[in-house]
Order: sequence, then C-alpha cells, then structure tokens
Amino acid sequence: MEIASGLLHGFAVALQPSNVFWCFVGCLLGTIVGIMPGLGPAATIALLLPLTFKMDPSGGIIMLAGIYYGAKYGGSTTSILLNIPGESSSVVTCIDGYQMARRGRAGAALGIAAIASFIAGTVGVIGLTLIAPPVAAFALSFSSPEYFALMCLGLALVVLLSGTSLIKGLLALLLGLWLTSIGTDLFTAQARFIFGQATLLGGIDFMVVAIGVFAIGEVMGSIEAGEEARMLPVPRGIRNLLPNWEELRACRFAFLNGSITGFLVGCLPGGGATISSFIAYGIEKAVSKHPEQFGKGAPEGVAAPEGANNADTGGALVPLLTLGIPGGGSTAIMLSALVLWGVKPGPLMMTESPDVFWGLVASMYIGNVVLLILNLPLVPLFAQILRLPVYVLFPVIFGISIVGAYGASGRIFDLGLLVGFGLLGYIMSKLKYPSAPLILGFVLGDAMERALRQSLMMSQGDVLTLVQRPISAIMLALAVVILLIPLFGWLNRLRMRAITENG
Amino acid sequence: MTFLKNGDAISGAALAALGAYIVMQSRAWDYYTLDGPGPAFFPFWYGVAMVALSLLLIVNAARNGNGTTETIDWRATGRALGTWLAFALSVVLMEFAGFLISFALLTFFIVAVIFQRPLATAGVVAIASALAFHLIFPVALSVSLPAGPFGF
Repeated sequence: MEIASGLLHGFAVALQPSNVFWCFVGCLLGTIVGIMPGLGPAATIALLLPLTFKMDPSGGIIMLAGIYYGAKYGGSTTSILLNIPGESSSVVTCIDGYQMARRGRAGAALGIAAIASFIAGTVGVIGLTLIAPPVAAFALSFSSPEYFALMCLGLALVVLLSGTSLIKGLLALLLGLWLTSIGTDLFTAQARFIFGQATLLGGIDFMVVAIGVFAIGEVMGSIEAGEEARMLPVPRGIRNLLPNWEELRACRFAFLNGSITGFLVGCLPGGGATISSFIAYGIEKAVSKHPEQFGKGAPEGVAAPEGANNADTGGALVPLLTLGIPGGGSTAIMLSALVLWGVKPGPLMMTESPDVFWGLVASMYIGNVVLLILNLPLVPLFAQILRLPVYVLFPVIFGISIVGAYGASGRIFDLGLLVGFGLLGYIMSKLKYPSAPLILGFVLGDAMERALRQSLMMSQGDVLTLVQRPISAIMLALAVVILLIPLFGWLNRLRMRAITENG
Repeated sequence: MTFLKNGDAISGAALAALGAYIVMQSRAWDYYTLDGPGPAFFPFWYGVAMVALSLLLIVNAARNGNGTTETIDWRATGRALGTWLAFALSVVLMEFAGFLISFALLTFFIVAVIFQRPLATAGVVAIASALAFHLIFPVALSVSLPAGPFGF
C-alpha cells in the first residue's frame, strides 16, 4: 500500500510538464551519448552536472538518470551497425548483433535490442519499486559501524570486479581516499595535504576529478586509438525495424533472463551493466538448444545482453537510493548531484525527499516508453550522428569540460587541476588501473572516515566494536572474503573471465 | 622489460612515494585526541596500505619475467599527449586571453595538427565552435567563463 501510494505520488511529480521535458531531454542525450563511441554516460553526466545546479532536484535527477539509462539503449546501435560498442555494456551485443546486420537483419537486430531494453528496463524499475522500500526499512537500524562496514563491502566488490589486478584496484581506491582527504578535516578543522595553497582548504571539487578522469581521459584515449569504421546501412521505416515472429519467439527466454540477471547483478556494487550483459549472454548460450548459432547472428544473443544492461539500471539504483552506496562511476556522480542539491540518499530519502525518490522511480517507467519510441522509428536518424567528424566532437568535449570545471567554482586553478586529472585518467587507463575505484573512493572517502571515527568515538577507541555488532561483522567478513578471492584458483578464474570478457 | 611491467614498476614507485608522504604528513597531526581518532588516524592507515600495496606491485612486476608483451605506439601516444599539452597551454593562456581566444586556438590545433585537416577547415571549426560556446554559455545561459582583455 505504501509502495502504491508512493508510486502514485511519483507519477504526479514525474508527469509534471517540466519533468516530462527533462526526462525526454535526458533520454535523448543518453541515446546520443550511447551511440557515440568515446563518450560514456559517466563523462556526460559529469559534464552536464554544473548545468543542473539551478534546476529543481526532481527535474535534475530525472534528467541525469535519463542520460544514464538512455546511453544503454543507444549503445546497441553502434555495436550492431559498426561492430564498435558505443558503451562498454554493449560490447557483447557486437558478437551477434553485427553478424545479424551483416546477414541483412540490421533492422531486426536494432528492433530486438530496443524491445529487450524496454522489457528488461521496465522489469528493472518494477524491481526497484518493490525492493527499495524494504531495503531502506532494514537499513534504518544501521549505525556508524554498519555504515563503515557497508562501505567496505561495497568498495571491496567494486575493486574485485573493476580490473584484472586487485592490487591496482586497491591502489586506485586509496588514491581516491587521499584526494578526498585534501582540505579541512571536518572534526578538528585541521588543514590536510593542502601544499600551502589556501584554495585547497575547501577540498577538491568532485566535478573536476570526475570530468578530468572520465571525459578528458576518455578523449585522450580515443584520440590515441584513432579508429575509423565503416557503418552498415540502416534500414528505413518502422516495418523494417521489427523482428519477425520466429525471431521474437526465439527471444522469449532471453527477455526474461536478461531482466532477472541484469537486475540482480545491478544490485551489487561493482557488478555493473557490462558484467551483467556477459552473464546473461553466457546463461542464454548455456541453456540454448542451438548454442552453435551464437556468434553467427542469434537473435537471443542480442536480446539477453541488451536486456541485462538495461535491467541493471533499476538494480544499481537500489543501493544508491536506499543506502547511499553507488556501485559505479555514473551512480557515484548521481550521488554527488543529490548531495549538492541537499538531498541525502539513504534509508530516510523516501520519507525526507519523496518527490525526488518516487519522482525518479516513476520517471523511469516514462523514460523507458520514451526510449522505445525514440529508438525504434528514429534509429536511422540517430545513426547519422555517427557521421559527425571526431575532429569536431573532441574539441566540443574539451569546451564542455572547461565550462563544467570552471562553472562550478569560477577559478582558473580548478582548470589547472582538470588538466592534471585528465592526464591521470589517461595514464591510469594506459597502465590498466581502473578508474571506478578512484571515483568511488573520492565520493565515499569522507563518509567512510566519518563513520569509522564516529564508531571509535562511540566505543571509546575499541576497534572490536566493528565486529561485535552482527550486521557489521557479517559485512566486514564478506569484504575480507571478497578481497581474498584472487587467492582461490577457480574463483579467481571466474573473476578473470568476467573481467577480461568485459574488455 | 615490457611497457606494462615498466609502467607497473614506475607507478608502483610513485605511489609508494605518495604513501610515504601521506604517512610522514599525518605524523604532524593528532593521531588520537580526547574525543576520539584525530585527523591523522585515517590518512595514516591508508598511507601505510598504499606503501605496502605499491611495494607488492613493484615486486610482482619484477617477478613476472614473461609478462605481457604490449608495446607502445609512440605515434598514437604522441597524438594523445600532444592534445593534452595543447589543452594545458590553452588553460594557461585562458587566464590572460580569455576562453574564446584560447579555446579557438586549442580547437584549431586539434583539427589542423592532431587530425591533419586543411587549415581552412580547422579555421572554420575553431571559429564556429568558439562562437557557439560563447553564445550558448555566457550570453544565453549566463554561465561565466574566463574573460580576456576584450571582455570575452
């Protein structure tokens, strides 16, 4: 009953004309970003975040979320037509999607991707609607030790799944923790790591780190790669974009598999859309009566991963909105956005900010319909974006990065930091250091330190308080087990397989 | 030694040095106060962890005799680093010349030098994109951007 009334309230918020408009803008931008290789949703959300500061929080988060899940819809277009994933979560769609396109079924492949995305995206939002309230109610019993343990568990999962080297993941995380320590200590007003610069007393702006590491780093990587690809022709007309009955029948289980797998994996911090899409593809192939068709243009090979990477969105928002724990780069930026607007994600968000919480959830139902409409008949139009020369696109990204970093503070100093973080993002990518743990360390570092220090204050310095409370003890034990996984041969082989297939 | 092994050793050394710096700095602050853990408490422990993990990374790099054989494409890397250097210079220039001029020059460099397009194309893209940014952000959206001696 509480859920139904909350959802009704959410629709009242989401259906306000201004919010419908922002939902449409987010979905449109997300689709465009998803189509363009070299610019991810995390970078786009970071770039556009400064422009949302003056917006109403409901409208702002509805738009940013639209970019987040819209990019997953759009990513399939490039995978199918170019054999280049627009997003990392669309890597697996290349395998069968491009083969279908080569066999003259590009329209059907695009149609299956859009239908799977719509079904699984909607199932994911239903999962979010039903699961978020009980998770939030459970989390109300959490105190500082539980929050500290929860953050350790979330960060351990992110580190485990973000790259092949656990050591590099942990080092990236520690770097993020250090960067967030720069500035004034909230408990004692002690200046830390400011290198004699008074401008650093307020700390480093999150936007500068996110835009530098994601946007500038990605552009430098794309300029280095300098790939050119030949696009397969896009069929025109809605009839040519609809799969035939046999193809739809073949995808029945894939729609369900993608929906459930994507949502469950999405709930885990660090899981992410890429891993969920690979798992869904693996399950689909394992249970198929025709596994030999996979890799040669099997429609299920498009439906399962595309469904999974869209259902993942609903799952990823469960820990973000109910616990305040983001699971990846994009959700970490959305967490920062909520905090900047004065909204505190966590177990009380549903009662303290019902407009934002339920408005966002309801907007995702609307967004999925908007995306289906955008992605079926307008695919040929969107495909034209791929003809935009990169020598025009990349300077524009630099320009938006400058606007984003300078607009937040109005200081040239921050542009200098942006230059530095851009180089850091590029070097990390070259040396295969994952960037997600750095961003999550930066976002959660303050809260983690606060929870740890408060726990020790409560227990008068007794560290055992962290393991004497059952929930906290279980989560810390799980975090330790997760970090020990690389020591167990067969488990580590599974982890490495998931990550290397991940690209 | 291959690129990644070198990179691991060098980045490991840099991060070990950073970890040592964090530990040294934190020793200057209160580790524990009457109220509880002080400002040095958290940095001290992640600094220690950073040193330990960095050393482990260096040891792993040294031990992996048959590691990956990835090599550097210097031409491609040069393109990326050249773009970054131009971006850095444009930020330095921005303080004196403002956004419009510095961004136009950056765009011109990227189009003409990095992507090797004709100078006329580079000029058109540079002027058009700089003007578009100026009209969209400072003029239409009232978003402030670094201004030069001419007020833009």
